[in-house]
Amino acid sequence: MPGKLKAKIVAGRHLPVMDRASDLTDAFVEVKFGNTTFKTDVFPKSLNPQWNSEWFKFEVDDEDLQDEPLQITVLDHDTYSANDAIGKVYIDIDPLLCTEAASVISGWFPIYDTIHGIRGEINVLVKVELFNDLNRFRQSSCGVKFFCTTSIPRGYRAAMVHGFLEELVVNEDPEYQWIDRIRTPRASNEARQRLISLMSGELQRKIGLKVLEMGGNAVVGYLQCFDLEGESGLVVRAIGTACTLEKLTSGSLASAHTHPNTAPASNACNSPSKDGKEPVFGEDLPSSSGPPTPFRALPTSSSSPPPFSPCKPCSRQSSSSDTDLSLTPKTEEPQSGRRRPGIFLCPSSPVLSADSLSLPGLGSAGCGHGSGPRATSPALPSFTYSDSALLRKSVSFTEDLLLAASGMGSGGSAGKEAGPLKTLLRQQTQTALEQREFPFFTLTSFPPGFLVHVGGVVSARSVKLLDRIHNPDEPETRDAWWEEIRQEIKSHAKALGCHAVVGYSENTSICEEVCILSASGTAAILNHRYMREGCLDIGSTDQRFEDPSPPSCGFCHIPYDELNMPFPAQLTYCYNCRRQKVPDVLFTTIDLPAEAAVTGKGCLIQARLCRLKKKAQGEVNATVISNLLPFMEYELHTQLMNKLKLRSMNALFGLHIQISVGENMLLGLASATGVYLTALPAPGGIQIAGKTTGDMSNEQHILTIQKRINDTIARNKELYQINPPELTEEGVGSPIPEPRHRSRLFRSHSESSDEVSELDLSHGKKDAFVLEIDDTDAVEDIHSLLTDASPPAGFHSCNTETMPGIYNWTTAVQMFTSVRVLRLSNANLSNQSLNKIFTDLCENLLKSFYFKLRSMVPCCLCHLNFNVAVPEEELIQVSVTAVAMTFDKDQTQERPAERFITKGGSETDEQLQFSLELCADSSSTNSQPSSRISGTVSLFTPAAKLCQSQLVVVHSTGVPENTIVSSRAASVDYGSFADRCSTWLELLRLKAHTIRRGSVKTSRRTQSLAHSVSSLEHCSPLTEGRSRSVRSSRSFGGSPVTMVKMTPLSFLPGTRNIKYLGIINMFFIRETTSLREEGGVSGFLHSFIAEVFAMVRAHVAALGGNAVVSYSMKDCVLMENPNKNQAQCLINVSGDAVIYVRETDQEPTASMTNMGQSLCAADGAT
Amino acid sequence: MAVELDVFVGNTTIMDEEVYQLWLDGYTVNDAVKARMDAGVLEECEADADVLLSDTMDQYRTFQMCERLLQSPAKLANQLLFQITPHRQVMLIERYYAFDDTFVREVLGKKLSKGTKKDLDDISAKTGVTLKSCRRQFDNFKRVFKVVEELKGPLVENIRQHFLLSDKLARDYAAIVFFANNRFETGKKKLQYLTFQDFALCAGQLINNWTVGAVDNMVEDMDVDLDKEFLQELKELKILIADKDLLDQHKSLVCTALRGKTKAFAEMEANFKNLSRGLVNIATKLTNTKDVRDFFIDLVEKFIEPCRSDRWTAADIKLYLTHYTNSAHILDPFKHQAVWDRYMGVIKSCIFIMYHD
Repeated sequence: MPGKLKAKIVAGRHLPVMDRASDLTDAFVEVKFGNTTFKTDVFPKSLNPQWNSEWFKFEVDDEDLQDEPLQITVLDHDTYSANDAIGKVYIDIDPLLCTEAASVISGWFPIYDTIHGIRGEINVLVKVELFNDLNRFRQSSCGVKFFCTTSIPRGYRAAMVHGFLEELVVNEDPEYQWIDRIRTPRASNEARQRLISLMSGELQRKIGLKVLEMGGNAVVGYLQCFDLEGESGLVVRAIGTACTLEKLTSGSLASAHTHPNTAPASNACNSPSKDGKEPVFGEDLPSSSGPPTPFRALPTSSSSPPPFSPCKPCSRQSSSSDTDLSLTPKTEEPQSGRRRPGIFLCPSSPVLSADSLSLPGLGSAGCGHGSGPRATSPALPSFTYSDSALLRKSVSFTEDLLLAASGMGSGGSAGKEAGPLKTLLRQQTQTALEQREFPFFTLTSFPPGFLVHVGGVVSARSVKLLDRIHNPDEPETRDAWWEEIRQEIKSHAKALGCHAVVGYSENTSICEEVCILSASGTAAILNHRYMREGCLDIGSTDQRFEDPSPPSCGFCHIPYDELNMPFPAQLTYCYNCRRQKVPDVLFTTIDLPAEAAVTGKGCLIQARLCRLKKKAQGEVNATVISNLLPFMEYELHTQLMNKLKLRSMNALFGLHIQISVGENMLLGLASATGVYLTALPAPGGIQIAGKTTGDMSNEQHILTIQKRINDTIARNKELYQINPPELTEEGVGSPIPEPRHRSRLFRSHSESSDEVSELDLSHGKKDAFVLEIDDTDAVEDIHSLLTDASPPAGFHSCNTETMPGIYNWTTAVQMFTSVRVLRLSNANLSNQSLNKIFTDLCENLLKSFYFKLRSMVPCCLCHLNFNVAVPEEELIQVSVTAVAMTFDKDQTQERPAERFITKGGSETDEQLQFSLELCADSSSTNSQPSSRISGTVSLFTPAAKLCQSQLVVVHSTGVPENTIVSSRAASVDYGSFADRCSTWLELLRLKAHTIRRGSVKTSRRTQSLAHSVSSLEHCSPLTEGRSRSVRSSRSFGGSPVTMVKMTPLSFLPGTRNIKYLGIINMFFIRETTSLREEGGVSGFLHSFIAEVFAMVRAHVAALGGNAVVSYSMKDCVLMENPNKNQAQCLINVSGDAVIYVRETDQEPTASMTNMGQSLCAADGAT
Repeated sequence: MAVELDVFVGNTTIMDEEVYQLWLDGYTVNDAVKARMDAGVLEECEADADVLLSDTMDQYRTFQMCERLLQSPAKLANQLLFQITPHRQVMLIERYYAFDDTFVREVLGKKLSKGTKKDLDDISAKTGVTLKSCRRQFDNFKRVFKVVEELKGPLVENIRQHFLLSDKLARDYAAIVFFANNRFETGKKKLQYLTFQDFALCAGQLINNWTVGAVDNMVEDMDVDLDKEFLQELKELKILIADKDLLDQHKSLVCTALRGKTKAFAEMEANFKNLSRGLVNIATKLTNTKDVRDFFIDLVEKFIEPCRSDRWTAADIKLYLTHYTNSAHILDPFKHQAVWDRYMGVIKSCIFIMYHD
């Protein structure tokens, strides 16, 4: 059943002069929805017309309500000729379709014209009356809430997280249709804007349907992107995470406050044996009322061990073929050789894995020595050899493990049992998750305890040739492409021993007909047993059993088996709890978990890279690009690693690697926030080694460089306040880890783990991250390492939600967007000089920000989101969106125990009550407790699988049936620590490294509850005493404009989001044929960005909101032709409209309908 | 390696007050960068010239985009393009409408026409105010003039409401408008010692007492034009100097009152008739537009200069004028007390303002 849409045109103001003779305008308005159009009367001779129209009523299907925007066109009436359009307003009425969001849209909207920009404003009133729709087969999904925010929105609690959502729609791009030759640029732009608006409406509706199908009611972490594929069409695609959200009432607020202390401690370690005996487990699980999907054939494997082959741990029928597909090239050497020689292009980790596996006693030191000589002559045969060696090794290990496991099964004591049982549980989660096609989550931050372990970054890229989309209704090719990439990601995650991918995102870079598809995320193990009530009981008994991983370090503990590590790496016992192993370095795409223990502050770390390539066409071009990709990934990674060491940090969060393709070059930009995780070992220094030792001048040179590096490290330590207490000879020998250590030995029947830990001890004090200077390039690289300037005093920067180490934000917020385009004048640039230019460009941008925002000091640039593009040959475009937030300097040292409070929403605590849908999946197994013990054997299947998929950098061509033969997917796994030694290339510089040992005690600092709410920025003009008096005496001041704050973060410091009003998703095109008159490209883009901000703010204000959170500018495509005096720009922005109140304020009790007023009142009160 | 494009846009429009002032002062981007470097911006923040240039360009672009709004300040408050905090808006408007006293002194009383605008480069060269800034200021005068010309009600209040200016600035603009409308001569050499503020104060007196608005406050142009009836009535004051008896009587009354109270008594007595003739003649001639224009120069020539040459102090002036005005009331045959008061009240204030020791 349909709904009734009502619109009323109230008035206009500041209209442009359309009649030169009278200097006035005869304006009227057309209101269009679907195919119905209404008109207002002409309001003659006024620039501030008062139409005050009747209510225009549209009776439409709710499907249309979701897809179509309300289109309002303001025109100038002309008696003799055609009426001139002044401009348009598109209003997305989606927020009105959701009962919890806005109830009315009312306010001033800028009248926008794609040629002239904003031309006055119009006051509009829109309402929707929706009738209940009980039709099962409906195509609409009204009522599903959408959030761009990549965490559980504040004020909500996730009753259930259902999982990954994806959808894409394709169409022809109007700009490339034949009709475009005869229509005006304005008509063409408007057709495009309208089409994209329609497409994203449709996409959202389809995603919504999927959510309803899964039994959810919301999409969190909704990420929508446009691919302008030129001639081949236009793709709008979206991913997100389906959830069932429950709004927190004040009652639940109170009750939830009891959780934080107990729940996080218990969750990470849901005592397995207890679970096994008690039926609580089963009861806790969501009943069958849940989504229909999870109840596929439950893993028979776990209940009946024998058929469960170690080589095929994944019993799921539907996806096993996919898994095989991605696995085959890695394990079956002959086949992969036949299918593509490309696999040997960069088969780094087979070598390494083989080394480390065959020489477990030597650990990474051995690895370094062993690979040193080989690296100099990386001949292909050796890889083939090592590949097969790996295969053999993996099989034998599997047998060992099976033995170990069966031995354990008869073992019997509770303490010993705990370990395997835990793994069993994990296993169940894993299989449950594997039931799903893609166990991906677009969320980047989670309720405490949700994240059990983090494996590392997984990413995949694929180069495709675009072809025309023949049938827009069947976008199979594009679907297949993404499917392929996601499978790859999934298998990488498995290789890391993880069953899920969090912080997942996808993007593309298109140049002519070549398209790079990229996906990345963080492999992780999630706590499937994050229950509602029962959890607390279990938690209390928890301490008796092993593995009470403290929340501050639990996520760092390795998810894979240390004996069958996917990569050679150094593991140490966690410096926090000393019970479990941690890697020496951890890379992730997620935000720093709120509960993580961090030493000092974090900082933005960027790796930048330019690679020239020959111009080419079609398949040749695609091949060239896909051949370059792994080298770029490697280079970027090395840079990140070195810069991390240089800052004396050991973990990266929010890692985002963008590779952008142009006609004659590839740009790579990796951004992340470096942190010193207390749980991880201190990074060693960087040691420079010369190749030729005889040369004295060279020696001298090396010494100076070494000194500079050491100085930089020392300075950085001070700057970022990294001063972990050095407890040297404690480490492994400490009493706590001892018993566990032994049990593990017993379990594994292997001496190797013992030796590994021994080794850690022996290398305790060496700084050994060696950079070898063997050619000029290396010298350049080292120099570039040192050129990165640290932010000036008073500034911090990060690309995550908040800055690790800063907890006392004040309320001043300044969001900004900056775009810079550089023209490379010199045609003959080398890679090196190009790198320098690119690096300088990024560094200068940062410097600019610091300078511009100097008045906000002390402040932090958060969520620095860099976007690079090569819009034309010889042009490099970098666009940045970020927010500057002030903080209280005096208290930076202190860290509140409950960070969520300072993070902005006290209601975050309620997210503790959290359960994952997959619990339902494992319920059938749980009903037979006996089977679980017999199922121990299956514990080690993931380990076995690891051995098979140990490739870190894998080249895999597209699926054979793909029409483009040359297309090739290059994928890279970043294992948490494996990255360091991940490729053979790295061995050129990396000789050996060990880890400095030294334990760090977690320092629990006292809670600082001092929320300094500064009144630096007033949200409402009414707070300004002086202006009020001025305003009150104004003759035609009109209603003051509501201040709307914007931020890329999910919160505003010192405030609470009391209501989410809906998603903002807007697409604008601006074109000019008088570029010079508008102040050149800079002037053109400057005003366009300002206009986009204005339109976003206006929409938010009309919904009754006063802020946009999780704001992002996803696209900024600029095309210019200064010779013709023309330019065109496309911008796509999104975010969540919210109403916030100061944390100190009471929630306005006034009804939401006059939110504006009550807000003003609330703000005025502060 | 040319930077093809470089923009920075904040959700809350970022405006540096120093750069705004440089922009208002008509500095080119390069000059502004230089000025900022000299002011030491770079030292307080680790930055280089490129950063400064980029920042200055951004800000200049922002100001240029804002300029359209600043020209009708009421729009600034409810426009949507730039999110500017209210106190910032106030600052922007106030500074945009601020002017250089040296510049305004040059155009004060001149017709705000294209002709005058053409002379701005000369004024710019003379005053050292950049031509760009001169143009802005001149256009501001003209814009305010045009708007208030057609409005009813009190001048100062109209300016304040339409341009959202502070009371002080609104009064100054009222003075400028008033001077431009009546074309008072201010450029003569003898008047050079007077500052704009002197004239503005005088204008305030004239507006409050001599215009139509002083008696009826709901007419067009009420504060801009002098009250014609009043000017006509001033002719009646001629009797004070034309009637010899009256003049003598007036003199003796004033002298009696002043005797012993000032050192300059002798000069006062000697000059009484001259001074009195001067002031009354100014009054009677004010019906001629030409003589209205010369009002200030006449005051200086006929009264201030003689007094100054006799080294009267400001207190002397005050004393003399007070008694001079009051004594006229005692003169029996003199029937025009009201007109006399209205006239002398302003004259007295103006002379106080214009008499610099």
